[in-house]
Amino acid sequence: MTITVAGEKKEISDGTTVTKLIADENVENPEYVTVTVNDEFVTRDNFDTTVLKENDTVEFLYFMGGGAY
Amino acid sequence: MLYLKKEDYEKMLKHCREGLPNEACGLIGGVVEGDKRTIKKVYLLTNIDQSNEHFSMDPKEQLEAVKDMRANGLTLLGNFHSHPESPSRPSEEDKRLAYDSKVNYLILSLMDNDNPVLNAFWIDEEKNVTKEELVIE
Repeated sequence: MTITVAGEKKEISDGTTVTKLIADENVENPEYVTVTVNDEFVTRDNFDTTVLKENDTVEFLYFMGGGAY
Repeated sequence: MLYLKKEDYEKMLKHCREGLPNEACGLIGGVVEGDKRTIKKVYLLTNIDQSNEHFSMDPKEQLEAVKDMRANGLTLLGNFHSHPESPSRPSEEDKRLAYDSKVNYLILSLMDNDNPVLNAFWIDEEKNVTKEELVIE
């Protein structure tokens, strides 16, 4: 099955969840990554249960923030 | 070395000044050729914290910016934010919240509004900070 991850085509196995994809892609600091599938934000609670489908488009975004002190 | 066009610097500065008294933020996209990182586009994002001591980028705007970069053949080179009342260096909070060691973190200090200071940094996974040489041309 083919999906697009961060703009690149990837082959994944059937039943791959967002959690598995994060592991397979060796995402740095996975606990702080935000995920979208087809432009919809996936809540962290649903990473384990969101199964990717053919032609899905996935983006990994890091929370970006900071402070003055 | 990180290259920033003068007009993009002015755009960044204007956004940060208009955001006062709060912190302002944005993303930078560009191209990488060996050690040369050239900023091609500056994205002005909303600080959803609306605070003078903290910023969080609007995730929807962040997604749109990343998609725009991809559509234009650009790479996410980093982000920028302002320090309205503190120097141009990563704070403890900046370091704590720096989750991507592959991007540059730019900080524009407006503590002296007439003499803004912009610096670029790397922050690694151990939270070590290294200054990146920034060329504004």
